[in-house]
Amino acid sequence: MRVTLNGTTRRIEAHPLERLLDVLREECGLTGTKEGCGEGECGACTVLIDGAPVNSCLVPFAHVERTRVTTIEGLGGRHPLQRAFVEHGGAQCGICTPGMIMAAVALGKHPSLDQIRVGLAGNLCRCTGYAAIYRSVINSRRGKNRKPDDIARSQNLRGKQPLRTRRPQNS
Amino acid sequence: GTARYIDDLTFPGLLHGRTIRSTIPAGRIVAVRPQLTTSGFTIVDHSDIPGRNVVALIDDDQPSLAEREIRHVAEPIVLLAHEDRDALLAADVQIDYTETTPNYDPEASTTTFKSIAISKGDVAAGFAAAEVVVDGEYRVGHQEQLYIETNGVIAVPDADGAITVYGSMQCPYYVHRALTVLLDLPDDKVRVVQTETGGGFGGKEEYPSMIAGHAALLARKSGRPVKLVYDRVEDMLATTKRHPAVIRHRTGLTRDGRLTAIDIDAVFDGGAYATLSAVVLSRGLIHASGPYRCDHVRIRGRATLTNTPPNGAFRGFGAPQTQFATEVHMDRIAAELGIDPARLREINALRPGDTTATGQRLGRDCSALQVLREAVKRTGFKRRRKAIAGTNRGIGLSLFFHGSGFTGGGEVKLASKVSLALTERGARILVASTEIGQGTRTMHAQIVADTLGVPYDAIEVNAADTGVVPDSGPTVASRTCMIVGRILQRCAEDMRTRLGRLTPREYLRSHGPLVITREYERPAAMSWDDTSYHGDAYGTYGWACDVVEVEVDRDTWEVRPVAFTTVHEIGKAIHPLLAEGQIEGGTVQGIGYALLEDVVMRDGRMANAQLTNYIIPTTLDTPAMQVVLLENPYQHGPFGAKGVGEMPIDGPAPAVINALRHAGFDLRAIPATPEKLMACASR
Repeated sequence: MRVTLNGTTRRIEAHPLERLLDVLREECGLTGTKEGCGEGECGACTVLIDGAPVNSCLVPFAHVERTRVTTIEGLGGRHPLQRAFVEHGGAQCGICTPGMIMAAVALGKHPSLDQIRVGLAGNLCRCTGYAAIYRSVINSRRGKNRKPDDIARSQNLRGKQPLRTRRPQNS
Repeated sequence: GTARYIDDLTFPGLLHGRTIRSTIPAGRIVAVRPQLTTSGFTIVDHSDIPGRNVVALIDDDQPSLAEREIRHVAEPIVLLAHEDRDALLAADVQIDYTETTPNYDPEASTTTFKSIAISKGDVAAGFAAAEVVVDGEYRVGHQEQLYIETNGVIAVPDADGAITVYGSMQCPYYVHRALTVLLDLPDDKVRVVQTETGGGFGGKEEYPSMIAGHAALLARKSGRPVKLVYDRVEDMLATTKRHPAVIRHRTGLTRDGRLTAIDIDAVFDGGAYATLSAVVLSRGLIHASGPYRCDHVRIRGRATLTNTPPNGAFRGFGAPQTQFATEVHMDRIAAELGIDPARLREINALRPGDTTATGQRLGRDCSALQVLREAVKRTGFKRRRKAIAGTNRGIGLSLFFHGSGFTGGGEVKLASKVSLALTERGARILVASTEIGQGTRTMHAQIVADTLGVPYDAIEVNAADTGVVPDSGPTVASRTCMIVGRILQRCAEDMRTRLGRLTPREYLRSHGPLVITREYERPAAMSWDDTSYHGDAYGTYGWACDVVEVEVDRDTWEVRPVAFTTVHEIGKAIHPLLAEGQIEGGTVQGIGYALLEDVVMRDGRMANAQLTNYIIPTTLDTPAMQVVLLENPYQHGPFGAKGVGEMPIDGPAPAVINALRHAGFDLRAIPATPEKLMACASR
């Protein structure tokens, strides 16, 4: 079948009823797309078909003939959302992150907090409680922020520390 | 997309594994009849085990593969491996049983895994001095860890009989030990390597020892690498969950709200095998009287056997269960006495110099009052409580604490070792502590960099590979920063002394390689007696207070948390962004525990073992959160740091239930599903 996968049109041989998720991971070697539940509940396998987010565990391969399929690998590691997830702690264990970012890509350029909450409601994260994910998406286009590594570099752990309040954060 | 998790890896000649499990809750195996129509299968049962047929942990009572007795549904009996997954799934293994009568009631169980009694003062005298006595019974259900990456491993056999296991796990040395016992191999013939791990929360503390053993047995028999990765249904049916518990309180007080006696009885449902129940019970009971001062305390508890899959480690480890009961009970007491719930806690909160139920004298870093006052002030709690009284909204509060590190003498027994190797640019960290999303690597590197006085980027962190790193203990119990981090800091201090005025490169040129290894040292003043359960249960405690406002839909009985404020005192935030991430994530898991997460057990089997009907919080179930960090340093923690990972999950459930009490619902069990609210409203 002919598929435009991450910008390149190619022929892929696979059974038409095989799950798109398995074709991507096993036939195409694109393991960035994850399986979390296999029943369309967790969103870890989210990819874009013609720009729309879908759970690739629910899509038979035949469905993507002559479509454009984009996976996390298609973002090339340099997408502003990828950078923002690193900068704002939007990824902890990282297993939901590829699907979460693909769902966030589909939100367009300047989603409101409500649009983010609705748009990501099909993507489960068990680590972050979502707050850091909202911060990541909202700030993804605001230019460079401090990464965890920058914070790690600049934390001065020495010296006396009396009881004090750290910057409270409203998310 | 470039991080490689276990299911992303493959090896030449790889076989896939499958576990054949019991379908009955209790009985005996009569016959095992594999009906395999295609060739190429590797079949393993208990007779293929070269060593002891146990998942070695504490009591060693759980078999790796059942021989005759069946104690729970989904107990592993036979293992299959094949190169073709379709053939594997089509394979049929018939198992004949004789069934016996199962018991699902932990209070009716005739087998007790562990009993513990904690005593302080004279509880009878405490009740004699009481002007008011309040009783209560509280119940909590199972909770599934629900890491998004399921349990999985790959076992790779070597020609000389050695085995390497790669996998998703928290504790490589737990797996290592279990494999040496199961396979009867010396330490150096077993290597365990953690791969990127998609969440743990305790669910990958003890269970990986089971699945690694299975993959290793198949790999040894077939002579080929074997991948065993559970699908979501199998993971939920077969792996450990948070212990359900029934907790009863009887509390004596003076009219003005001072605690005179606390008497608590708790029963934890251990499931079918002991696994970690004894230590879960221990932590649960030590936290059971909450962060409150009282001269007369008696806490008794037991963990018992039921014919359900074994319960095990889950973030909080017993403390969320017992502190749920305590904090809901405190609000009932406040209502009984007609005192504001925040005021009742202020009267009784532990202060520096006070003693806990085990007689541990608290140091200057005891911050119960500070976190309470900060949370009350920031939320305008008392004012808000009056303003929304009688509406569909309610506001509730919980005050809680959490001990950092292993309980009692645990850290001394563990005797964790940590190594630091000098490199051309700085140092390489060698620890068995795993990165499971909580920031281990970053935080450890910071501690070493700042102690050694080199840039953060000059520090490397070795993979958690038992072939290379020493046993620095499991990645559990809020110990990775405070305990392991402190040993690392001592390594770095020694390295700095050894370097003197030399740069790392100069030192290596003139003196050759330098590796510093240090072991856990108990702070001199700490003591613990395991028989009387008296003494310093933990090095120190973190302290926290949650305030939540909820809204109840009186048509659907759904509860929506509207705003959540949490104040955490954690000694020192080594990395504030990562610490906040722990607190936000743990808080939302706690909200799920309070409202959504309902493990339905039917005939000993989880009836909703899938994400369609086991509901965890989504973006739409999660309120706006305000996280406030306070720092009150602990003198034996690295830069003053205490543990943080578990504490956030102790408080949300009672805060939510207390908010619902404020909205008019007298609930004493979680999860508070719409069905429970409706039943409560119609009483």
